[in-house]
Amino acid sequence: MKLDSKIPAGPLEQKWARHIAENRLVAPNNKRKYHIVVVGTGLAGASAAATLSELGYRVTAICFHDTARRAHSIAAQGGINAAKNYQNDGDSVWRLFYDTVKGGDFRAREANVHRLAQVSSGIIDQCVGQGVPFAREYGGLLANRSFGGAQVSRTFYARGQTGQQLLLGAYSALSKQVGAGAITMLPNTEMLDLVVVDGQAKGIVARNLNTGKLERIAADAVVLATGGYGNVFNLSTYARNSNATAIWRAHRRGAGFANPCFTQIHPTCIPVSGDYQSKLTLMSESLRNDGRCWVPKREGDKRRPQEIPEAERDYYLERMYPAFGNLAPRDIASRAAKRVCDEKRGVGESGLGVYLDFSDAINRLGLETIKERYGNLFDIYHEITDEDAYGTPMRIFPAVHYTMGGLWVDYNLMSTIPGLFVLGEANFSDHGANRLGASALMQGLADGYFVIPNTICGYLATQKPGSCPSADGEEFQAAEADVTARIERLLGVRGKRTITDFHKALGRLLWENCGMARKRANLEKAIREIPGLREEFWQDVNVPGEAGNLNQSLERAGRVADFLELAELMCRDALAREESCGCHFREEYEEAGECKRNDQDFAHAAVWEWQGEDKAPVRHTEPLAYEFVKMATRSYK
Amino acid sequence: MNLIGRLFCSSVGKKLIMAATGLGLVLFVFGHMVGNLQVFLGPEAINRYAELLHFSPELLWVVRLGMLTLIGLHIWAAFQVSAENRVARPVGYDGSPAPVETTYASRTMLMSGLIVAAFVIYHLLHYTVRVEAINFTGRSFADLKELSEAGVERHDVFKMVILGFSKPLVSLFYVVGVGLLSLHLSHGLRAMFQSLGLLTHRCGPLIRKLAPVLAWVLFLGYVSIPLAVMLGFGKEALN
Amino acid sequence: MKVTLKVWRQQSPNSAGRFETYPTPDLNPNMSFLEMLDVVNDDLTRQGKEPIAFAHDCREGICGTCGLSINGRPHGEGRGTATCQLYMRHFTEGQTITIEPFRAGPFPVLQDLIVDRSAFDRIMQKGGFVSVRTGSCQDANALPVAKPAAELAMDAAACIGCGACVASCKNASAMLFVSAKVSQLGLLPQGQPERHRRVLAMVAQMDREGFGNCTVTGSCEEACPKNISLAFIARMNRDYAVALLKGE
Ligand SMILES: Cc1cc2nc3c(=O)[nH]c(=O)nc-3n(C[C@H](O)[C@H](O)[C@H](O)COP(=O)(O)OP(=O)(O)OC[C@H]3O[C@@H](n4cnc5c(N)ncnc54)[C@H](O)[C@@H]3O)c2cc1C
Ligand code: HEM
Ligand code: HEM
Ligand code: SF4
Ligand code: F3S
Ligand code: FES
Repeated sequence: MKLDSKIPAGPLEQKWARHIAENRLVAPNNKRKYHIVVVGTGLAGASAAATLSELGYRVTAICFHDTARRAHSIAAQGGINAAKNYQNDGDSVWRLFYDTVKGGDFRAREANVHRLAQVSSGIIDQCVGQGVPFAREYGGLLANRSFGGAQVSRTFYARGQTGQQLLLGAYSALSKQVGAGAITMLPNTEMLDLVVVDGQAKGIVARNLNTGKLERIAADAVVLATGGYGNVFNLSTYARNSNATAIWRAHRRGAGFANPCFTQIHPTCIPVSGDYQSKLTLMSESLRNDGRCWVPKREGDKRRPQEIPEAERDYYLERMYPAFGNLAPRDIASRAAKRVCDEKRGVGESGLGVYLDFSDAINRLGLETIKERYGNLFDIYHEITDEDAYGTPMRIFPAVHYTMGGLWVDYNLMSTIPGLFVLGEANFSDHGANRLGASALMQGLADGYFVIPNTICGYLATQKPGSCPSADGEEFQAAEADVTARIERLLGVRGKRTITDFHKALGRLLWENCGMARKRANLEKAIREIPGLREEFWQDVNVPGEAGNLNQSLERAGRVADFLELAELMCRDALAREESCGCHFREEYEEAGECKRNDQDFAHAAVWEWQGEDKAPVRHTEPLAYEFVKMATRSYK
Repeated sequence: MNLIGRLFCSSVGKKLIMAATGLGLVLFVFGHMVGNLQVFLGPEAINRYAELLHFSPELLWVVRLGMLTLIGLHIWAAFQVSAENRVARPVGYDGSPAPVETTYASRTMLMSGLIVAAFVIYHLLHYTVRVEAINFTGRSFADLKELSEAGVERHDVFKMVILGFSKPLVSLFYVVGVGLLSLHLSHGLRAMFQSLGLLTHRCGPLIRKLAPVLAWVLFLGYVSIPLAVMLGFGKEALN
Repeated sequence: MKVTLKVWRQQSPNSAGRFETYPTPDLNPNMSFLEMLDVVNDDLTRQGKEPIAFAHDCREGICGTCGLSINGRPHGEGRGTATCQLYMRHFTEGQTITIEPFRAGPFPVLQDLIVDRSAFDRIMQKGGFVSVRTGSCQDANALPVAKPAAELAMDAAACIGCGACVASCKNASAMLFVSAKVSQLGLLPQGQPERHRRVLAMVAQMDREGFGNCTVTGSCEEACPKNISLAFIARMNRDYAVALLKGE
C-alpha cells in the first residue's frame, strides 16, 4: 500500500492556493460527461453533492435515511468554528490551525489542518448566504461563543441546534439542485459494496431499503461521506442508525483505514440507566462552567447526595487539575470520571456516574440565573431521568461521541483506491488523536463546499470523458453477487440470539477493553474474543423477514456484522500504538495520570490494509512531519 | 391570468376567496344587526331606515347581486376545500375520535354554514319576498303599510317584525339560525383573520381573543329581537 | 410495569393493515417509548414473529425520523416533544396503548408504523432554498439581521420535518411545515429576492402532493414537537396574497 499524502510544497499559507492553481481542471463542457456518486448526505455529503452539481458534474446522491435532512449531523448542538476574528480578540487562521493541531495532540497532518482553518471563514459566509439563522447581536451582526480548547470566541451557533441549521442549509442547497434536475437523489438507499474496476473506484452496489431491490450505480468517481462509526460501541451519542458499513466495505475493497482506535469520549452525558438503553444523550459541555463534579470519598458510599457532608466529597477535577478544574478538556475529564468509578466511588444505581452539582452556583447566582442559562438542559435531564437537577445533583458519565479515525485520505481527500474520495467524519484527516469542540461541523462543510470541488477535478482530468464503465460490467455483477450472498447468508442463519444481543455484547467488550483507557492485556483479550463473537453471530443470529422488502432487522444485522469486524481492527490499532495521545490512553504510557506521547516512534498515522477474512491486517504508516509547529506536551494542570 | 388561476385553483387562493367573501358577509351581518336593533327605537326609526335602504332600486340590486356573488363564491370555495380535505385524509385514528385540540365549531363549519344558508333562504322569503304562506300568521306582510311623517306611504317593517316573531316556532328557528351563524363565526372570524394573514405574532393573540367575543355580540344582538317580541315587546303595535 | 399494545401491522404499501394486540414484557418506567418498542421487538423476534417496523434515528428529538400516533395523537401526549422523547412513566400500569402510523393521504404507509414522507422533500425542492452558489457569498457580516427577525426566523427554522402537523390535522394539511420554511427565508434579507416565487412554487407543489387546506383548527401546533407557531401560517397566507398581486 502506497501512502503518498500529496501535500503540496511551499510555505504553509500558500499550499492550498498553489494546489488549486496547479491542479488539473475539467473543462466546463466536459463536466457533465462525468458522473459522481456521493454516498451520504450529512454536512459533508450534502454540501459536496450540491457544490459538485453546481459546477456541472452529473451527481447521484444516496443516503439510507428517508430524506437527506435526517443525517446524524442534525444532532450537533454546540456550534461551528471559524477564524473570522469578528470579536477582535486575536483570532486568526494561524491560531485556529494551531489550536486544532494541539487539540489533536500532534497526530494530524499540518497542511490539512491549515487548509481547514483557511476555508473556515468562507463556510460562515456560505451558510449565512443560504439563510442559516445564526445567533446575532442586537446590532444585527453575528454572535460568537467560546468553546473548549480555545482562548478566543470563534464559535458560531444557532441556539442549541447548530448542526440542524447547518444541515438544513446544505440540504436546501441540495434540494435546489435536485429541483433543477441536476442531482439524482436516492434516499432510503444503503450502499453495501464498492465496485473497483482496474484498481479504480467506479461505482457502488446499494440496496433500496423500501423495496429490497439492489441497484448498481456506475460512476467516474465515488465520494463517501458516511459519517463516524462510534455505534460500534452500541451505546453512544450517535444516532441509532449511524454505521460503518460504507467505509468498511470500501476498506475490504482496498481502502486503507487510518487510526481506527481514535475515539472521542464526551464527559457530560446522561449515564446508562438500564440494560434496555438504546442511546446516550449528550448534555452540553457548557454545564461544566457552573457545575462542580464530585463523588463520595468513601468507596461504595450509597447515601443520597444530600446526606453526604461536604468533607466526605471529593471534587476530583478541582483536586487533580487545579488550574482548569471542572473545565479540563474532554478527554481528561472523561478519564478522571472513569478513574473514580473504577475506584468504586461512582454514583447512581450502576455505579457508573459522577455528580455534577449546581448547588454552589445556585447559592451564588440564584436559581433564576441557572434556570435561564441551562433551563432547557435541566428539562431534558428531567424528562429522561425523572430527576430534578435543581434539587439534587445531576448524574453524568462519559460516552462515545466521535471517531477521529476513518479511511485514510491524501491531501485531495482521495483514499488509497484511486477515484474513491472520503469526506467528513468518515475520513481520518484533520483531528489527529482528539477533536476540539465545534470542529467537526467545520471540517464536514470545508470538505464538501470547498475542498472536494477543487481536488476531485485533478483525478477526473486523468479519466477520459465518457469512460465510465457500464453498470452491467463483470465487476458490478460480481459485487452484486457478493452482496446478495451476504444477505442470503444473514437471513439463512435463523438462529436463536437477537441482533441486539450481539450488538450489546460487542459494545460491552469494546467499551471495557478499548474504551477510555486501554492496556495491552485487555486489548489482547478483546482481539481473542471478538472473532469468537463474530463466529457465534454467523451461527446463531436470528434475522427475521425477507430480502425483497423493507426489513429493518436485515439492515441492522448487516451493520452489526460489519461492526464485529471493525471492532477487532480498532483493538489491533490500539494495541499497536504503544503510546498515549489525545483520546487514546494506554495505561502503560502515562505520567502522573496524563498521556505520555511517544513522538519518536508514533508520530504517524497508522493505516491498516485488509488482507482477507481471518487474516491479520497489515499496518502501514504515514509519518507526520511537523515543519511549521513544534510538538509540545499538552498540559492542563 | 396567473393571478386568477392561482386564486381559484390553489389551496391558499381558495382560502383567500373564502376569507374575503367571509369578510364581506361578516360586515353585512354586523351592519344588518345594527340596522335591525333600531327596532328598539320604535316604529319611526326602523321604518325610516328601511325606507332609506330602498331609496334607490338600482343601488339595492347592485348590492344584492354583490351579496349573492359573495355567498356564491363562499359556498363554492367551502365545498371545494371540504372535498379536498376529505380526500387528503382518508383514514382517521382508532385511538381517538376527534383530532387533537379542535373545537366543535371548527369541525362543523360546512354543516353550520349550510344550515345558515337554509335559514337565510327562509328569512328572505319571510321578510324580503314576504311570502304569506310561510309566516304562519295568516296575514300578508306585503300589505303592511303606514304613512311616514312626510305623509308618504311606506312599508311598515316594525309591524312586520313584531308580527313575524309573534309565532314562537318562527322565533325559535331564528334563534337557532342565528345561533349557528354565531357558531360558524366563532371559528370563522379567527379563520378569516388567519387566512387574510393578520393573525401574526404581534396582533394574533389579541384577535384570537376577540373572535369569540364578536360572535357572542352578534348572537346576543340578533337574538334580542325575537326574544323581546316573545316577551311582549311591541304588542301594542299589533292592535 | 406492563402495558398492552394495540399496534397497526401492515406488510407493505398495498396490503391491508390490521390491529394486533401484544402484551409487553416487564418494563422499566424510565424507558423511552421507543426503547419499549425495542424490547417488545426483541421479544417478538424470539417468538419467531416479525418485529414491528418503526422509523427512528437520533432518539433525541431532532432528526424528525420517529413519528407514531399514540392513542390517536401524533408523537403522543405532551407538548413540544417527539415520540423518541416520550417516557413510559407517563403511562399507567396495565394501560392499553394504541399505536398507529401517521395517517394522511400524502403519507402512504410503507410498513407497519413507517410512512413515506417524501412529499416534503418535493415541496422543498420547489423553493425551500436561497439560490446561492457555493463560494459566491459576500462576507457574513455584510448582511446585518435585526435580532428579533433572526430569532423569529430561528423559531421557524427549528422545524424537524417530522410530519406530525400533517398527521394531526383533520385535513392533512402541510401548512405548518411549508409556512415554517417560507417564513424563515421570508424573514431574512437573504430570502427576499425569491420571496414571491418561493411561496407560489412551494404552495403549488404542496397542492400537487394532495395535502389538504388549512381550516385553522390548530391541531398541528399542538402536536408539533418544536412548537412551530400558527402565526407562520398567517404569515405565509399574507405572503401568498402579496405574491399573487405582485407576480413572480
Ligand atoms: C450529540 C452530538 C453533538 C455534536 N455536536 C457537535 C458540535 O457542536 N460541533 C461540531 O463541530 N461537531 C459536533 N458533533 C460531531 C458532528 O456532528 C459530526 O461529526 C458530523 O456532523 C459528521 O458529519 P458527516 O457529514 O461526516 O456525517 P453524518 O452527518 O453522520 O452523515 C452520514 C450520512 O451518510 C449516510 N450513510 C451512512 N452510511 C451509508 C451507507 N452505507 N449508504 C448510504 N448512505 C449512508 C447517512 O444516511 C447520512 O446521510 C456532534 C456529534 C454528536 C453525536
Ligand atoms: C351559506 C352557507 C355557508 C357555508 C356553506 C359556509 C361554509 C364555510 C366553511 C366550510 C368555512 C371554512 C371553515 C374554515 O375555514 O375553518 C367557512 C368559513 C367562513 N365563513 Fe362561511 N359558510 C356559509 C355562510 C357564511 C355566512 C353567512 C357568513 C357570514 C356572515 C360566513 C362567514 C364565514 C367566515 C368569515 C369564514 C372564515 C373564512 C376563512 O376560513 O378564512 N359564512 N364557511
Ligand atoms: C333577528 C334577526 C333578524 C331580523 C329581525 C331581520 C330583519 C330583516 C328585515 C326586516 C329584512 C327586510 C328588509 C327590507 O326588505 O325592508 C331583512 C333582510 C335581509 N336579512 Fe335579515 N334579519 C335578521 C337576521 C338576519 C340574519 C342572521 C341574516 C344573515 C345571515 C340576515 C340577512 C338578511 C338579508 C340577506 C336580507 C335581504 C336584504 C335585501 O337584499 O333586501 N338577516 N332582514
Ligand atoms: S412544523 Fe412541527 S410538526 Fe410539522 S414537520 Fe415541522 S416540526 Fe414536525
Ligand atoms: S391542524 Fe390543520 S387546519 Fe390548519 S391550523 Fe393546522 S394545518
Ligand atoms: S428519532 Fe430523531 S426525532 Fe425522534
